[in-house]
Amino acid sequence: MDKLWLIIKREYLVRVKKKSFILTTLLAPLALALLMIVVGLIFSYRGDDAKDIVIIDPSSILEGKIKDDRNFYFRFSSEPLESVIAQREQNDFDGILVVPPLKDLQSTKHTIYYHSDDNIDLEGSDALQRMIRDKIRSYKISEMNLDAEQLKHLNTQVTLDPEPLTRDADDDGDNDNPSPFTSVIAAGIGGAMGFIMYMIVFINGMMVMRSVMEEKMNRVVEVMISSVRPFYLMMGKIIGVGGVGLTQIIIWAILLPLIAAGANLIFGFDTQQTMLDEASVAVDPEDIEAMAAQIMTELRAVNWWLLVPCFIIFFFGGYVIYASLFAGIGSAIGDDLAESQALTLPLTIPVILALYIMFAALRVPHSSLAVWASLFPFFSPIVMPARLAFNPPAWQIIVSMLLLLAAAIFCVWISGRIYRTGILMYGKKGTFKEIWKWMTTKQ
Amino acid sequence: MSILSVRNVVKKYQDFLAVDHVSFEMPKGSILGLLGPNGAGKTSLIRIITTITQADAGTILFDGEALNLNHPGQIGYLPEERGLYKKMKVGEQLIYLARLKGLKSHQAKEEIGKWLHEFEMEDWWDKKIEELSKGMQQKVQFVSTIVHGPKLIILDEPFSGLDPINTNLMKKQIRLLNESGTSVIFSTHRMEQVEEICEYIVLINGGKNILDGIVTDIKNDYKDHIFHYQFSGEFPAHLLSQIDVRERNNGSLIAHLPDTSVANQFMKQLMDSGLTITAFSEMLPTLNDIFIKKVTEENG
Repeated sequence: MDKLWLIIKREYLVRVKKKSFILTTLLAPLALALLMIVVGLIFSYRGDDAKDIVIIDPSSILEGKIKDDRNFYFRFSSEPLESVIAQREQNDFDGILVVPPLKDLQSTKHTIYYHSDDNIDLEGSDALQRMIRDKIRSYKISEMNLDAEQLKHLNTQVTLDPEPLTRDADDDGDNDNPSPFTSVIAAGIGGAMGFIMYMIVFINGMMVMRSVMEEKMNRVVEVMISSVRPFYLMMGKIIGVGGVGLTQIIIWAILLPLIAAGANLIFGFDTQQTMLDEASVAVDPEDIEAMAAQIMTELRAVNWWLLVPCFIIFFFGGYVIYASLFAGIGSAIGDDLAESQALTLPLTIPVILALYIMFAALRVPHSSLAVWASLFPFFSPIVMPARLAFNPPAWQIIVSMLLLLAAAIFCVWISGRIYRTGILMYGKKGTFKEIWKWMTTKQ
Repeated sequence: MSILSVRNVVKKYQDFLAVDHVSFEMPKGSILGLLGPNGAGKTSLIRIITTITQADAGTILFDGEALNLNHPGQIGYLPEERGLYKKMKVGEQLIYLARLKGLKSHQAKEEIGKWLHEFEMEDWWDKKIEELSKGMQQKVQFVSTIVHGPKLIILDEPFSGLDPINTNLMKKQIRLLNESGTSVIFSTHRMEQVEEICEYIVLINGGKNILDGIVTDIKNDYKDHIFHYQFSGEFPAHLLSQIDVRERNNGSLIAHLPDTSVANQFMKQLMDSGLTITAFSEMLPTLNDIFIKKVTEENG
């Protein structure tokens, strides 16, 4: 046991003390924040060249007025197209927009023409179409003598509010009552948990594999196993590297809110405020406040006391399963790193598959695919956390955990058998047939 | 009393018999040469003794006890495939390995300090392994093999890659360790080193023990009764017909004679005929000769 502890300590410290670990751990959240800002900027980029546009509108559909846009400056001309084109030298403009008369008020299709030597970009053409569409709508409303107020009332926003059929006796009425946001919040939490799990299992599992390969290629492994059982060496590595992953999560869990708060202080932008500004056109500010309050209640109503411990249990189970298998595979890889791909594929496929099943499970969390995948130990570490926020039946969680535990023990056992033989096989990589033999024969 | 008793040990890898009923006794405090051509099963046997793998059949006694998982702490092993953690510093690396062998932290530091001094590497404590030359790494690895004061050290080709100065330094340390009671298994196919260092040998071929015993006894068993006479004066030509001459130079004769007493008699005849004998010896076969002879015999 002492030796196991020594190995865990070394595997942990050697990684945590590395400059690259400290840098990635500290800089990753910053880089992520930076990336998000850049992505935000890219998405909000609207082009910066403004166009002067002459509008020819013979039937006065636009009534001679249209609001300038960020990228468009409009003016009207009553002259025919040919003479406007002829005057292009004197009148500096980029394009001419011709809005032909409507054939009749019932027509639901209308073509407008844009004359220019430059191609109009997708966004510009969208904006122009939208503006003219709105104008034609107003024009039709007034021409048909419709009541604009009444028309407004035709649009109804429908919200589905789920209500439970049976209520617990001790129900206080508020908390357990799902609101329209319940499933959105649950999907958010579930998706985040599933994705974090995927990252941890993958990154740390690979780290264990690399470390096994390094020891084997360095030949230090023979010295090591003349002092400790190969099984302890493997477990020490798995636990040590797992500790590194856990440390990273904890640091990020502390750092991310701090960085967000820091960014708020320094740049003064408040994400919520920006959201409000953007949304304020469509939604009543009071609604937004109510919505925010609702979300907060929802978040509080999430059973964190169940969620967090379950997440941690699934983290350990999933990590142990994959890390031990990665260790086994790592031990079978020979001196040629390029050969490792073929051996790792059978492990990476289930992890990636689990991620896709998780996305499907977020949409329909109680589908049979989601249920079965969240019970199957190679998928459950990623799929079950994603379902947890949707309150799956207790038996499913328990069965899933029991299966996970059994699979973890089995994987550690089987990997231990592969590992103890694999690490002593120098030279070429093991074939699957050989690995099977290592598993089934005693050493 | 034996430090190691190997009895009928068998090890199979799938269809390949790597160790085939090998038995030998290794007296406490001795230096034993484990010899054999490449692929003979030396490493397989060593891995069983170091408890890295287990024998399929047979028993091994270590210091009178059946070999068990407490014994690796009393064994030091320098594998032929050497390696250390490249990114670790010499000091922490040695402490780590010593602690895995069961030393307490302060003991480990003390012992390592002593050995680094012995090998003139005191300043290396904070150097990373990857910054050291191959020979230097080998010295560090040697220290890691002996730092926990093992009763038995197993050295697999310990001098490969070392320059003559460091080879001598290490030989000296091996001898000192042996004088202080440490038993040494020395695995190699460098015969001149075996002859220089070992009292006992075990020769393995094709997984089988084909020869074992005390080096001088073996040499005597395999001697061909070749005698070497050195002399001054004119060699009496009539005596040449009585013997089987192998080589004759000015002042030197190498010849085959039936046994030592006949050789002595012949020397007397030489002296009687007025020759002055300056040296007389029986030429024993080198281990190299015996090794080659035995292995070719075995391989048919």
